[in-house]
Amino acid sequence: MYDVIVIGAGVTGCGIARELARYDWKTAVLERASDVCEGTSKANSGIVHAGFDAKPGSLKAKLNVEGSRQMESLSKELDFPFLRNGSLVLCFDEKDIPILHNLLEQGLQNGVEGLEILDREQLKRLEPNISDDAVAALHAPTGGIVCPFGLTIALAENAAVNGVEFHLDTEVQRIEKTSDGYLVYTSRGEFETKVLINAAGVYADRFHNMVSGEKIHIIPRKGEYCLMDKKAGGFVRHTIFQLPTVYGKGVLVTPTVHGNLLTGPTAADIEDKEAVNTTEPGMEELLRRASLSVNGLPVRQVITSFAGLRAHEERGDFIIGEAKDAPGFFDAAGIESPGLTCAPALGRYLAGQVLAYLPAKEKPGFIAARKGIPNMGQASLQERQRLIAENPLYANVVCRCELVTEGEILDAIHRPLGATTLDGIKRRTRAGMGRCQAGFCSPKVVEILARELGKDVGEISKRGEGSRFLTGYLKDSAEASESERCESGKAAE
Amino acid sequence: MKKDLVIIGGGPAGLAAAIAAREAGVEELLILERDCRLGGILNQCIHNGFGLHTFKEELTGPEYADRYIGKAKTLGIPYRLNTMVVDLRAEGQQKKLTVMNREEGLYEIEAKAVILAMGCRERTRGALNIPGFRPAGIYSAGTAQRYVNMEGRMPGREVVILGSGDIGLIMARRMTLEGARVKLVAELMPYSGGLKRNIVQCLEDFGIPLRLSHTVVDIKGRDRVEGVTIARVDGNLKPIPGTEEEISCDTLLLSCGLIPENELSQGLGAAMNPVTGGPFVNESLETDKEGVFACGNVLHVHDLVDYVSQEAEAAGRKAAAYLRGGLEGTGRVVSLRAAEGVRYTVPASLDIGRMEEAQTVRFRVGDVYRDAAIEVSCDGRILRSVKKKVLAPGEMEQIILKKQELEAADNPKEIVISVRTQGQGKEA
Repeated sequence: MYDVIVIGAGVTGCGIARELARYDWKTAVLERASDVCEGTSKANSGIVHAGFDAKPGSLKAKLNVEGSRQMESLSKELDFPFLRNGSLVLCFDEKDIPILHNLLEQGLQNGVEGLEILDREQLKRLEPNISDDAVAALHAPTGGIVCPFGLTIALAENAAVNGVEFHLDTEVQRIEKTSDGYLVYTSRGEFETKVLINAAGVYADRFHNMVSGEKIHIIPRKGEYCLMDKKAGGFVRHTIFQLPTVYGKGVLVTPTVHGNLLTGPTAADIEDKEAVNTTEPGMEELLRRASLSVNGLPVRQVITSFAGLRAHEERGDFIIGEAKDAPGFFDAAGIESPGLTCAPALGRYLAGQVLAYLPAKEKPGFIAARKGIPNMGQASLQERQRLIAENPLYANVVCRCELVTEGEILDAIHRPLGATTLDGIKRRTRAGMGRCQAGFCSPKVVEILARELGKDVGEISKRGEGSRFLTGYLKDSAEASESERCESGKAAE
Repeated sequence: MKKDLVIIGGGPAGLAAAIAAREAGVEELLILERDCRLGGILNQCIHNGFGLHTFKEELTGPEYADRYIGKAKTLGIPYRLNTMVVDLRAEGQQKKLTVMNREEGLYEIEAKAVILAMGCRERTRGALNIPGFRPAGIYSAGTAQRYVNMEGRMPGREVVILGSGDIGLIMARRMTLEGARVKLVAELMPYSGGLKRNIVQCLEDFGIPLRLSHTVVDIKGRDRVEGVTIARVDGNLKPIPGTEEEISCDTLLLSCGLIPENELSQGLGAAMNPVTGGPFVNESLETDKEGVFACGNVLHVHDLVDYVSQEAEAAGRKAAAYLRGGLEGTGRVVSLRAAEGVRYTVPASLDIGRMEEAQTVRFRVGDVYRDAAIEVSCDGRILRSVKKKVLAPGEMEQIILKKQELEAADNPKEIVISVRTQGQGKEA
């Protein structure tokens, strides 16, 4: 019997799990994918919103501003990449300038600091590549960018270190109400729990509606993105928004914390909760709209495109808290933007609600800090030398584009909730995220994964069963010739 | 560590350059190779057809590489494997490289001269912006080649190939021989990007259809590729609605072009040619950074390794001359310009006083031409016109410029190389 179970290991579920880990509950997270951060959390803008968009007085506004304020200290505590680069909301028509002032006013009410309106000249000085059509902008210096994988994985690892069980490849199929909680049927057996938390992203309506008569409806809102080479990373310094529309904050152009340039998302409401495919019209629309914000968007530098599904609840607000007719069932549903920003604050808020329902004591040995995987690509010369002195494998480069070493890949595999798939390695170390898109390093990473996990290379997958890379041996050979394999890492023969 | 010459890359270009430099008397030299063996991508090219020009015999890739590796070892040329050059910069005439490997850690090498021989990488699905899902089963042709030829593993069973570059053509045959079903090769352009001999020997001989003016417009399958949609493209290379065709497959191979790997050259600040993706070089294969030379696929993408070796030998000799102080410019510089039909030239300039008696100029055309001529002119005067039955973007062309003919010209300024169409003219 568990005290608390969380469905979903995205940023929201992991944010909640990390806060639950502070108390002496027996807690588990159930995730259908083979890793954490496999849904919406892996395909979004990576923005820490300043908090001027949300309606004053709303929970969204409160959690956004809190989340934004906490992010910097949290990034130090949990060691994930975060940068407060500031954001700009562009206005293209003189007659829309009052809307910028409304946003500023709203931001002030929400407690956002440092907001100011910039005229065209000030804007151009701040961002030389900004579109000539921009007439003014709202500047929010507290806006930031974060690595969404880094944040999610950090929260998850820290929760795991503090005793939260993570059950991956575990898909929830059915939920039954029991006398003192819930019985959760999954693809890997049954779990009984007193409290059940629903952080299932685009599937949150399915689980909510299994226990509650007050139905909700999550509409997957597809957003397509293009990621550009680090050579284009300095194209803009701030996160560049356009004035919001009914579909959200619109297409943005932003640097990423790792120095790439990112543009997206589009917004299209769809039915299929699995449709994370990009589309030709989507890409066209995306590049057209992004080009409104900046002059000469470096489209030739695109290294990859992807799509994510925002969990848009049809009433347009977060649904957070205990379901009215289902005691002990707590929702964190409809968490669309600014969900990433809110995650840490949302976790604390929901943990507080659970505490009121099921009292618990704070764990005396809670470990708040976490040390991330070193990043040789971004480390200083001194830091590189120190790491190599500690472990020479930090000098053996596996991913040439992002300068990821064998040492970092071994860290990613052997830490708590370690990577078991190529995508898992990619999100933890950036191996394969560069301009060659894993062309050179994927065979090497597959080999290291197999070696370290005691598996055959044929069993290694992109993101779990069903996505294996290899389909067998050559017709004449029962196994690969081992004699030809050269020893990785030796500088001289 | 101090060296006279450092060669970045131990593939065919780096090896040939190092051997030529040593034979020209450079003692203090070092090859830095990032992979775990010398020979570069030749190690996975187990098909034959290498060396017809260099050795007058047909070798496999590993055999070709082995001849150079053997020679480098006989000459006692030092090299480092699994060694990554993290940074390359110039401080005056001194070049500084920051390198790292497992055994020696992170350290700096000072070199008087550097030869860039880092090769190239393959264009990716992301750079092509192919819409659809992002499942397992999408490989660059070279990655698939590595799995098959180096690891003895099959990356898939039912294959569609996008792009008719040489590696894709070679892999169409290779995977067919290993029991996979290669359904078709789709090529965006109205002509193939590969060598004619590969079209015949790798596709036609196996009955694999080549669909020109076609591209992949969608990829299906959330976890593993389940199929692709191809469509015909119009004259602007845009897919034509209504021509879509769904093809089930578990694998999509991409062979859509190679990109010189010039991150180090760009970090150094060398002037780059946007057409080739490589640095601009003069007749000595020297970049605009003094004492930094380039050769092989990092300079411009070649079809035949034999020409890579030739070019690299020249780079090695010139680097040796530079180290002896024998590469002083004479100021009699002529620029080379690619005009009608010609996309670029290597070199981009030459110093008449410094050039050898015969200078090879390599280039590619931008379209398919039949019964055309390559015209070489100097300041408006036609030096020569070479008739060609077929010219195609997939085949590198070359002409020879003679020192004598340039010395004879009156203070020449510019040499122009162009395609002269006659009769039917251009095909496409």
